[in-house]
Amino acid sequence: MSLVELRNVSKIYRLAEEEIRALDDVTLDIEEGEFISIIGPSGSGKSTLMHILGCLDSPTKGTIKLDGVMIEKASSRQLAAIRNRKIGFVFQFFNLLPKLNVVQNVELPMIYSGISGKERRQRALAALEEVELGNRAKHRPSQLSGGQQQRAAIARALVNSPRLIFADEPTGNLDSHTGDAILSLFRKLSQEGRTIVLVTHDPEIAAVTPRRIEIRDGKIAGKVDLTLAGLDRREGAGGGASPGRPSPPTAGAAGS
Amino acid sequence: MSAAPFAASPEVLRHSWAQVGISILAGLREIWAHKFRSLLTMLGIILGVSSLVAMSALIAGMEKGAKDALIAIGGLEKVRIEPQGLPVEQRHLSDQATGITLNDVQALEQSAPLVTVLSPEMRVFAVLTANGKTFRPWNCVGVWPAALEMNEHVVEHGRMFNELDDEMARNVCVIGTATRDELWGAPEKVGHEIIPVGETLFINGVPFTVIGMFQLYESEQDHKERLLAQSQTNQPPAGGVIRNRGWGGGRRRGNFVFYLKNATVFIPLNTAWMKFRSGVSQIAISSGGASRTIAGTTGDPRLSSLEAKLASVDLLPEALQQVRNVLMSTHKGIEDFSFRTQEDWAEQINTFVHNARLSGGLIAGISLLVGGIGIMNIMLASISERVREIGIRKSVGAATGDIFTQILVESVVIAIFGGLAGLVTSFALVNLISSFAPTDNAPIITITALGIAFAFSVLVGVLAGIFPAIKAARLNPIQALRYE
Repeated sequence: MSLVELRNVSKIYRLAEEEIRALDDVTLDIEEGEFISIIGPSGSGKSTLMHILGCLDSPTKGTIKLDGVMIEKASSRQLAAIRNRKIGFVFQFFNLLPKLNVVQNVELPMIYSGISGKERRQRALAALEEVELGNRAKHRPSQLSGGQQQRAAIARALVNSPRLIFADEPTGNLDSHTGDAILSLFRKLSQEGRTIVLVTHDPEIAAVTPRRIEIRDGKIAGKVDLTLAGLDRREGAGGGASPGRPSPPTAGAAGS
Repeated sequence: MSAAPFAASPEVLRHSWAQVGISILAGLREIWAHKFRSLLTMLGIILGVSSLVAMSALIAGMEKGAKDALIAIGGLEKVRIEPQGLPVEQRHLSDQATGITLNDVQALEQSAPLVTVLSPEMRVFAVLTANGKTFRPWNCVGVWPAALEMNEHVVEHGRMFNELDDEMARNVCVIGTATRDELWGAPEKVGHEIIPVGETLFINGVPFTVIGMFQLYESEQDHKERLLAQSQTNQPPAGGVIRNRGWGGGRRRGNFVFYLKNATVFIPLNTAWMKFRSGVSQIAISSGGASRTIAGTTGDPRLSSLEAKLASVDLLPEALQQVRNVLMSTHKGIEDFSFRTQEDWAEQINTFVHNARLSGGLIAGISLLVGGIGIMNIMLASISERVREIGIRKSVGAATGDIFTQILVESVVIAIFGGLAGLVTSFALVNLISSFAPTDNAPIITITALGIAFAFSVLVGVLAGIFPAIKAARLNPIQALRYE
């Protein structure tokens, strides 16, 4: 059983008379421990896909199974609990709360899972150590550099030991040097066995991950590394819907 | 149901309480971060709460003053039986009407067990002369010694006349302090207290010996002021407390009752009858003026009124009926008397207090409401500033209820702080008001008033927080995260 099973998921917005298919019949599996990137130009529907995968949004059609739980039936409270326990988000703009210091920011998800104050502090500090930010625990986000803020955000995403981590353009607001450092942090986390989904428009960043999924016009355009990941059984479902566009990044990156 | 364990696990339910504690901290942090803004917001609640408390304190003071005055004149158990003009259908029997006499008193003593004390009164319209001065007391009456108990009088100096004095119709009298003040001088003016026991007093030219003097009756407020003035200076206060007395002296209602009580002169009933009702023509005027009668030269045995103390207030209607039955029999069915109870006054006090509470409460309530609107306003501004924060909180797993609680708690925290500050301020406000508009009755701040005002402020905080909290909780996390 895969960690995430997306089956024929569509997200349709209605603006006046026009019907916008942000996601069109997407079928996708993500295995536990995978490091995967979702790539596509802006407006392709990759953010919508991430929101649906991250339980921030629910699909118009189709089913999602996350860690064995069918999501589309869940209430908003249950979705919040799933986001809290099973999912960690890393955003382009870090999204740390400016009024809280770093360690309080990292504690935030645990507040909503009802963990005692002592344990919260302990785990938050451990997560900060993991992203090499232990010495900045009492600083405000505004006192940190962009890279440090993003590390803090990653620590926040890690702290509840989620099954799945989503990173939405995590390097988009950083210079390339810092961005590389963040990416290598993700690689390190992946090697520790965490499941990470990287959402980006930049093929160079996507090249970091062994598996890449390209989204165009709400559809999965190509799954370059299908055979490498040994997922050929789903070729009919996802690949059949592809408009036949050639897959941009090649196996060279994937094999590294 | 596979998704249920997330929401339904007791762990999640338990944490909602911890969540409230964290929300309170977050609320405090938020208030601290916007100190001035929060202070202005609280000001509405502070003013609302303190005006509510001050209003109720003023009214409680007035109520207590009025009730004290009511007790000073004898309380609710006292019933006054007064002569009254005959009803229309009995007008032709007016020559048969006897009026209230001692005969009635004897009959009531024997046949009306619900009446415990009876005190006949024979009023004398008196001019007092002594020490070269004259004074018209409010009340100069011939009474039995029982009048002391009936009218809650206390003899402080000398003694009350007794049954023997009455039997012998001795020329003795017991006076109130007002008479002393007028004829011999008030302690405030003279500098020491004059006790005129043993002095001679002329009542309508007839010499009487003063054998006793009542204590000074005054409201608690006056009492305190007097003690204060005494403790501040032992010399006669020249510009200190100015005790205003006399009819046109602008005495306010509460004090007026005490003044009237001080301006009382008691003489034995038989003395009043024999000295003032036998030879000389007297005009007896009842309260209504309806039964103006000229006393005969042979003496007028009619009482100006009869006071009765009842066994209990609860049996008031029954006791009145009993008295009525007896009197109807002694008066041969002629209804030339009427009852006056203190209930009317008590009722009046209650109505006044009720109305004052209602109007004061309404005004204070509106100001609290305005304070609540202020809170709602600031909470709405605060959440539109924090859309992104709410998005972040939701993305890390805050449920709709968590956000709702957070915003609501912030609103309630502001209201609670405002309420507490308002309680403190109310004491200052009460002092301020009573110095602006000095009343006879010191305002009384009651625990109940404090509690109610505080509870209202919390309620206002909850009500003001609900709408912003719903608005915040309903924010779509995706849109909230994109919000700049």
